[in-house]
Amino acid sequence: MKIGVIVFPGSNCDRDMYHVLTDVFKLDAEYFWHDKGLPKNIDAVILPGGFSYGDRLRSGAIAAHSPIIKDVKKMAEKGIPILGVCNGFQILVEAGLLPGALLKNTSLNFMCKWTSLIVENNKTPFTNKLKLHQKIPIPIANGEGRYYVDDETLKKLKKNNQIVFRYSEVVNGSSDRIAGVCNEDGNVVGMMPHPERAAESEINPIDNKPSSLIFESLLNTIGVKN
Amino acid sequence: MSLEPQELDDLTSKIGRKPTSTELQIVAAEWSEHCSYKSSKKHLKMLPMKGPLVISEKGYDSGVLDVGYGYVITAHIESHNHPSAVEPYGGAATGVGGVIRDILSAGTRPIAIFDGLRFGDIEKDLQARWLFKNAVTGIADYGNCLGIPTIGGEVEFDECYSNYALVDVAAIGFGKKKNLIKNHAKKGDLVVLLGGSTGRDGIGGSQFASDSLESENRSAVQIPDPFIEKLIIEAILEARNQNLIHAMKDLGGGGLSCAVSETADALSIGIEMDVNKVHTRESDMNPDEIMVSESQERMLIVTNNDKLKKLQKICKKFRITCSVIGHVTSNNMMHVKKGQKTCANLPTDVVANATLLDRPSKKPAYLKNIETEKKLKPILDYSKMMMKFISSPNIASKIWVYGQYDHEVGIRTVVKPGMDSSVLRLDNGKFLAAKIDGNPKHCYINPREGAIGCFEEACRNVVCTGAKPIGMLDHLQFGNPENPEIFWTFLESLKGLTDFAKYFEIPCVGGKVSLYNETPSGPIKPTPIIGILGLIDKTPLYSQKITTGDCLVIIGDTKNEMGGSEYFEYIHKFVGGKCPVVNFQESKTNMNIVLDLIRKDLLKTVHDCSKGGLVVAISELCMTHQIGCNVSLEKVPGPKLEVDRILFSESHSRYLLVLEKKNLKKLEDLLKKSKASYKMIGVFGGENIQFNQENKNVIDLRVDKAQKTWLNSLRELVVHG
Repeated sequence: MKIGVIVFPGSNCDRDMYHVLTDVFKLDAEYFWHDKGLPKNIDAVILPGGFSYGDRLRSGAIAAHSPIIKDVKKMAEKGIPILGVCNGFQILVEAGLLPGALLKNTSLNFMCKWTSLIVENNKTPFTNKLKLHQKIPIPIANGEGRYYVDDETLKKLKKNNQIVFRYSEVVNGSSDRIAGVCNEDGNVVGMMPHPERAAESEINPIDNKPSSLIFESLLNTIGVKN
Repeated sequence: MSLEPQELDDLTSKIGRKPTSTELQIVAAEWSEHCSYKSSKKHLKMLPMKGPLVISEKGYDSGVLDVGYGYVITAHIESHNHPSAVEPYGGAATGVGGVIRDILSAGTRPIAIFDGLRFGDIEKDLQARWLFKNAVTGIADYGNCLGIPTIGGEVEFDECYSNYALVDVAAIGFGKKKNLIKNHAKKGDLVVLLGGSTGRDGIGGSQFASDSLESENRSAVQIPDPFIEKLIIEAILEARNQNLIHAMKDLGGGGLSCAVSETADALSIGIEMDVNKVHTRESDMNPDEIMVSESQERMLIVTNNDKLKKLQKICKKFRITCSVIGHVTSNNMMHVKKGQKTCANLPTDVVANATLLDRPSKKPAYLKNIETEKKLKPILDYSKMMMKFISSPNIASKIWVYGQYDHEVGIRTVVKPGMDSSVLRLDNGKFLAAKIDGNPKHCYINPREGAIGCFEEACRNVVCTGAKPIGMLDHLQFGNPENPEIFWTFLESLKGLTDFAKYFEIPCVGGKVSLYNETPSGPIKPTPIIGILGLIDKTPLYSQKITTGDCLVIIGDTKNEMGGSEYFEYIHKFVGGKCPVVNFQESKTNMNIVLDLIRKDLLKTVHDCSKGGLVVAISELCMTHQIGCNVSLEKVPGPKLEVDRILFSESHSRYLLVLEKKNLKKLEDLLKKSKASYKMIGVFGGENIQFNQENKNVIDLRVDKAQKTWLNSLRELVVHG
């Protein structure tokens, strides 16, 4: 079993994600550069954060047209767990794998701060070890992190249980305080906050257990340790 | 922008003929103050640069320290003052880019950025506000995109920077000792230019930076592209891992002229290059422009024919251009051609080594009566004054600034920005604390003692996390050195820093001198900035939540040293008085005992006492931990002083310790033995910050109200005016 960490030109949380997957949770992970395909034996895919293509045009817009995204789409259809964090979330949205859009924060500034999430859906491959409504202390770091959906889509998201995380406070003006969503099948999850920055006690000043459960959920889903 | 007449004579006599136009451009760039340090170089030698942890290699642009178990850290500091003063966004951003490439040049991965920012009075001056806002955005957009955390710095406002800006950037790198690039080259090796294309931006930038800022020369400001820089970082580190780099240098001030001549001079080689081979942004650039363009995101690499293919493959992967622009020769000449035609052919040592100057110095007249105090208007209501004080731009929380910087990326930041110093975890199990500090108000009143104070304050800040200072970076920023009075202040500061560095055995591992910092209304105040790197072998002090009943102990004497204090300058609008003086012995005693107490795990948190004095330091603890405190001012150690002196004096070597009551006895025993001056002065609890003298209340603030003001006032001022 293997987790693919996709690296685009400008990704900058790839190494952090890889460290947490391999060193902390002892999972088998491998980097994949954006211009190639993904091998068949991949059990989960993670799109890490960063500034793919320097956020030119719109954050995530160019990376969403990378060759590797074709394979990501195929895997999404097959039900393979896929997680996009921060810029990874923006790319999944631009690629049409997740609904909505990510706009500039209402402060119009880049924001780096600790906040907390509320778990709204604990049935996804990345949240199945978390309790419903559990609080997760976690940092955000983004300039275009305000999740936006129109009212009709919001209704649909609620109906299909596609809202995975909400912020516990008003952070950036996102629709219905949404911080993370999933596709209708629940296997593709995108979130703006950074679980890889919160899963170790050394760097989490509040509590690293809840963020750890995001990775343990994945472990729980795909089964085997390295 | 050209050579001075005597410099032209000097050049002509050294090469025995009239220089060509390209040669003039090359030499003017390289002999500028910015690149050659011609005014300062003779004197900088006094700083101690060696130490047991220092690794020196030829041609490094950054300092290297051995941190154990096969790992090294690299560090460097730069400024981008002139560019930031006319184009703050691009100037500040490219300032970050430049220092990052210096770290990369040694073969290490950049892991942290620090920024020191100084502007005019943003309360009154709209232009200063505009400069501030855009410089912060420039740094944020650049550093965040690179994925290098900006984990510390400082922001200060003073009228002496009106219509001007000081933007200092320091960076730290980390890597394996065996991966350091050991610069070397031999005849026949190839010279490769890698990265962004060479354009007409930043032409003459280093000369621009070496003149007083009289005209807004925007074309001398470089254009930032952090995306290319990020690709360069990854490409170079990949090339390093494959051992493809013989020597490397970043293109900064002076562009190709400096990079080529300095590389050749440092390695005792010659370089022959063809400007036609340089990938340019515009097709009709002439050799002179190509040689002095300061376009960003470019690196010069020396490799050989066998390795070139692999290097090109890496560049193709990252879609960055690399051009073979020349080759290494053995004749110690810098030979620049355009096709077959020679544009310049100069001995590298002539280009790389400007004639050093011995500038005259004279004690400034303004210092004659500066220590005389005037009679101050009495403060009737200190509580009211304090609310104004904590909302003033220099005292208010800088969360609006560091909240825009990604300070978590890289997942090393174990102690976050906002308190004394941030701490990073390293791969060898150790931790690195780092801080930069400056204090132009103190340095104006006493350039020597002020500079020493900056040094000590930066040390105090890292000591508060449990780190032992292991290296220093200095950045000396002054006005026009041709003015003997200004040059005197430069020398005084430098001598002070040297004395402190020698006494504490802290080597200077890197530095920079920035002169000609002049505004339309005169020179800036002397502004040396000191960066300190501190190493923690085991665990840093993770600040624990302060709770009711915890004790507040102060170490160090509070003295009547009000000159240059925020209280005198912001509240009383008075510049003068005696500035704080560091007693080296006392400083060492206090530093050592604080480190010992942290190691013995007796403390919940430690906070340094500096800008704004004791009252601000204690209030910061209360506001950060959202708890009140009851402080007895008569217990504060030191000579007997008026109440405002106890509250606002900025005396050095003072630390605030917070501990559980049960540890007090043990703490006092250790403090007694250490011979440090100390006293328990307060107890935490309640919802009010209270300062009393002999049971009479002097200040009473509600923590929640004070905290809200302190956290929000800077943002309010910048966003809403």
